[in-house]
Amino acid sequence: MNKFFIVLFHTYLSKLKTKSFLVSTGIMLLLVMALAFLPKAIDYFDKDKKDTIGILDKPGTVYEPLKTQVQAINKDLKLEQVENEAAAKKLISSEKMTGYLIIENDADQKVKGIYKANSISNSTIPGDLSLGLSAVKSSIAASELKLTPEQLAQLNTPAAVEQVALEKNAKTEEELNQARGLVYILLFVIYINVIMYASMIATEVATEKTSRVMEILVSSISPVQQMFAKICGIALLSITQLVLFFSVGYFAVKQNEDAMNGSFFSFLGFGETSITTIVYAFVFALLGYFLYATLAAFLGSMVSRVEDVQPMIMPMTMLVMIGFFIAAFGLTNPSASFITGTSFIPFFSPMIMFLRVGMLSVPVWQTAFSIGLLVLTIVLLGVFGGKVYRGGVLMYGSSKSFRDIKKALQISKNA
Amino acid sequence: MVLEINNVTKRYGNFTAVNSLNFTIPEKEMFGLLGANGAGKTTTFRMILGLIDPTEGKIRWEGKRIDYSTSPIIGYLPEERGLYPKLKVRDQIVYLARLRGMDKASALKELVNWLERFKVPEYLDKKVEELSKGNQQKIQFIASVIHKPRLLILDEPFSGLDPVNVELLKDAVINLRDNGTTIVFSSHRMEHVEELCEHLCIMHRGSPVVEGKLKDIKRSYGKKNVAVHADFDLAFLDGFPGVTKSKTTTEGRILQVTGEDAAENILRELVPRGFVRKFELMEPSLNDIFIEKVGAAYE
Repeated sequence: MNKFFIVLFHTYLSKLKTKSFLVSTGIMLLLVMALAFLPKAIDYFDKDKKDTIGILDKPGTVYEPLKTQVQAINKDLKLEQVENEAAAKKLISSEKMTGYLIIENDADQKVKGIYKANSISNSTIPGDLSLGLSAVKSSIAASELKLTPEQLAQLNTPAAVEQVALEKNAKTEEELNQARGLVYILLFVIYINVIMYASMIATEVATEKTSRVMEILVSSISPVQQMFAKICGIALLSITQLVLFFSVGYFAVKQNEDAMNGSFFSFLGFGETSITTIVYAFVFALLGYFLYATLAAFLGSMVSRVEDVQPMIMPMTMLVMIGFFIAAFGLTNPSASFITGTSFIPFFSPMIMFLRVGMLSVPVWQTAFSIGLLVLTIVLLGVFGGKVYRGGVLMYGSSKSFRDIKKALQISKNA
Repeated sequence: MVLEINNVTKRYGNFTAVNSLNFTIPEKEMFGLLGANGAGKTTTFRMILGLIDPTEGKIRWEGKRIDYSTSPIIGYLPEERGLYPKLKVRDQIVYLARLRGMDKASALKELVNWLERFKVPEYLDKKVEELSKGNQQKIQFIASVIHKPRLLILDEPFSGLDPVNVELLKDAVINLRDNGTTIVFSSHRMEHVEELCEHLCIMHRGSPVVEGKLKDIKRSYGKKNVAVHADFDLAFLDGFPGVTKSKTTTEGRILQVTGEDAAENILRELVPRGFVRKFELMEPSLNDIFIEKVGAAYE
């Protein structure tokens, strides 16, 4: 087998077998599944939590129509007639009732209600009751005016305001909200993927240098070949994790799709847009990885001790973090001009361009241009990094400053 | 003539790491490269391995350049000991052997043979970090010879080993040489070089100060040592003509003399004075030559 693949698979398999990888992947998959099953779990615990509302119907004619109306508005609200306030209060103190509504006629003989409860922090109950009571009041008024139900319906129909985006393919407000959740999760996945695997590369290189295996390695395989084989090996590891993550997530969500529809989690539903977004996430996660891994590999080659790795790759970590924060900010305002601007800067584009394609409809040339620029940077960094790496791996001493890049390049040039 | 180092110079900026080095190593021979710390031995080895290119001069193996295409016939034991601490001996050696062009099965078979030979077959499935330093060194030695290289470069192969393990490794090295491997090795231990090498080169600050066959070097050095044990006071010998150095030992003196004539004169002088228990004319040790050549270069 080609030496490149020997190093690649050695890196991949030996990392795959480590406890830390297995454990962290396991935890991640459990989290994904937990998230997917959350709506079902919430439903399960919410089931017997029906709120009972006492109705003190003074006119005596409102209870029945109100019950029908409220049932239609919120099926979790249960109405129950009470005799007087004292009985209602007793039921509330024994926690059998959430609150009660006194219905009476005011001076103009119009129906009005007073809602009393221990706490009025729950805003949905009074709202629902008010909606129901209004409807009852309208129908009473209508019958007094001798309106037919059709006439009443006509009166109640609101004027529709439809939103039309002028841009073709633009996402509707609803879609945008849905996209935001998914993009946020995927942004996080990209961020973690880049940070984790890039620093893994740097540590790996530094470990080989510290343990001086590097001297044997570079005498049997060219440092540049070894560096890229290692980067690709770790990339394979990252792809393994991403594929596991996405496929388990996909099936878990598919299983629970019914529970999710209409709930807070509806963004996780897999429409056509979500699939495209996930594919983009995959592409950008991978490109981002290659960019930062190349950087990390040659930075890692500069240090002689594993402890020096973190300070050395700190500027790189900062760069990833800045990109992530800009992207997180852009979630609320993806069309801001500085988001558009930074989405072309190679060190930020894996996250920010992804944010844009996930949230907006970006012209194809912009996406292509950003990806092209990113790939070009990766190639340039690869060539430069290869040179530094070649000298760096042979350099020992307390080298942890960026001045040493020059020194490494010199060794490499002389080599 | 197999390995040729032809007028090789390596400069880093203004610093000259290796200065016009010249030697050839015949096939199936062991060549010793000596030098104090920082003399340029490791740089020389790296140039032979093709890891860095010489600024001037040529290095040829059977007339060809050494690069990654020749890596299956070259073995290298770096000075700094190093293996993957977390990997099992089996995985590690098989990986390194495959990078030298061996296939998995034969690498494993060879590894088992070597472990048997070094009397540590139980290490096959141990992690390297669990082994003692000396045993790690054996494993690393196996890594450098498992693919049966034709050119073997050993940088300080015996440092940090106990006498039993030194013998074990020495036997293995001699065995490899007898089977046709050309070996270049460096050491601070002169007695190992004297014992193993026919040719040697002493380097100092990048420049070769002595180079050639061990016998020729000793002969041309001229000076010899004389050990004298006697029942009477030997102090008068210190100023005797032809004596260049004198060292008192528990039973007598060791003198460095300019040649056999001086030794003869000393013996004549000694005999009438009383009973001489021991009088021995010795070849100069490599240690003496090294100290004098390198020491002189320091001055």
